[in-house]
Amino acid sequence: MNANETLIKVENLQKYYNGGAIKALDGINTEIKQGEVVVVIGPSGSGKSTFLRCLNLLEVPTGGSIFFEGTDITDEKTNINVHRQKMGMVFQHFNLFPHMTILKNMIIAPMKLRKKSEAEATAMAMELLKRVGLEDRANAYPSQLSGGQKQRIAIVRALCMEPEVMLFDEPTSALDPEMVGEVLEVMKQLAHDNMTMVVVTHEMGFAKEVGTRVMFMADGKQVEEGTPAEIFENPKSDRLKQFLAKVL
Amino acid sequence: MSLKEKFIFNFIQDDRWRYIADGLAVTLKVTFFAVLLGIVLGIIIAIIRSTYDKNGSSMRGFSKFILSVLNLLCKIYLTVIRGTPVVVQLMIMYFVILVSSNNQVLVAVLAFGLNSGAYVAEIFRSGIMSIDQGQFEAGRSLGFNFVQTMRYIIIPQAFKNVLPALANEFIVLLKETSVAGYVGLQDLTKGGDIIRSRTYDAFMPLIGVAIIYLVMVMFFTYLVGILERRLRNSER
Ligand SMILES: Nc1ncnc2c1ncn2[C@@H]1O[C@H](COP(=O)(O)OP(=O)(O)OP(=O)(O)O)[C@@H](O)[C@H]1O
Ligand SMILES: [Mg+2]
Repeated sequence: MNANETLIKVENLQKYYNGGAIKALDGINTEIKQGEVVVVIGPSGSGKSTFLRCLNLLEVPTGGSIFFEGTDITDEKTNINVHRQKMGMVFQHFNLFPHMTILKNMIIAPMKLRKKSEAEATAMAMELLKRVGLEDRANAYPSQLSGGQKQRIAIVRALCMEPEVMLFDEPTSALDPEMVGEVLEVMKQLAHDNMTMVVVTHEMGFAKEVGTRVMFMADGKQVEEGTPAEIFENPKSDRLKQFLAKVL
Repeated sequence: MSLKEKFIFNFIQDDRWRYIADGLAVTLKVTFFAVLLGIVLGIIIAIIRSTYDKNGSSMRGFSKFILSVLNLLCKIYLTVIRGTPVVVQLMIMYFVILVSSNNQVLVAVLAFGLNSGAYVAEIFRSGIMSIDQGQFEAGRSLGFNFVQTMRYIIIPQAFKNVLPALANEFIVLLKETSVAGYVGLQDLTKGGDIIRSRTYDAFMPLIGVAIIYLVMVMFFTYLVGILERRLRNSER
């Protein structure tokens, strides 16, 4: 993958609930290029999570197409499992597997899906654990970790599959304030290492500092899109101005 | 006759205790394999049913059709099994379905296993439904397919949650197998019955059999208690 190459292309993406009564996504068009950090912001219920979860088909879109590395993953004939291996996802509530140790959480997918040997997968997991400063917790269980530690583990668990893109759905919203920083720090590091990222967040500081592009959503539509400077310093639409007035 | 003489007459004389010992072995064997069969059946049915409940609505085309048919079959099975007495099921298995079989142990294992499967299925279904949807999504997001997600992530957690309920099902089945004599199987109950027909004494063999069942049930209940405490502690 070269820089500036399109990784994900979204065409007229729609997601309706209750037979069209709720238009969670109402025609989204965007392109996400290699190395971009796209931050998705918007009021509650605007469709941010739905958009993110459609990208790896955790939600099946009602209409439109999503191309990942050139393949239309909304096509029923596409084996989505193969593509999901290259799309890491981090959830608001961590979703670590409570019946496995931290190490097992990290190595199970590479071993079962990428056919890595246990030694190989473990070496990689330990390397990643070191990067987030949790190598001494490898044999702990998720219930023994703090929220911030759990989320850092969730991030490196996804990284163990060597994804092309990382999707984050409000990764710091469930954390105590003093733990937000440590998770954002890991995400900054990732961005610095040129990982392509799509991040739904209410952390405007992160959006300004790390985002290469900000997408503002309201009522299932992308109302405004631009660089952090354009969005935060020079908002055009009233919806965005109202929203920023509330959150900044 | 004193109690002691009665005891010797019923159990010791002519080695009649063998009816009890052999019967007990049969009872334990039938219960054990029936529970195994019930667990396997129950897991499969529970997966089908909870898959249908959870994401049947978001599925499309052929796979949705297959799932609907399977779900319907499971529902019919559950309704029939839970709506008829186990003795009747046992006799149907022996006298109607497997007429040519002389292997009563096999017949009993199949009948009780099929019966138990219906109850285990509901135990497992509640276990699967109690696992947070996020666990399923985390598995799928890593690239696991449906079956792998079930196998590595959902079932192990569900299994742990329902282990005490499963152990209880074993205890229930242990008692239910006492009707196996209806198809000529010499289990513990039948063993006591044979002694009664030889000695014309009802008290000793029946009370003896009852005590053995009671002791076994109390023992297994005690084990389940330990298991429950262990599981609670390991959760922290
Ligand atoms: N399973 C569902 N069934 C019905 N409606 C749904 C479902 N999931 C989401 N919605 C609706 O779709 C809309 C978009 O929801 P979504 O969760 O994407 O919003 P969001 O921007 O992530 O909000 P938040 O900031 O609160 O997380 C909302 O109106 C929501 O009520
Ligand atoms: Mg959301």
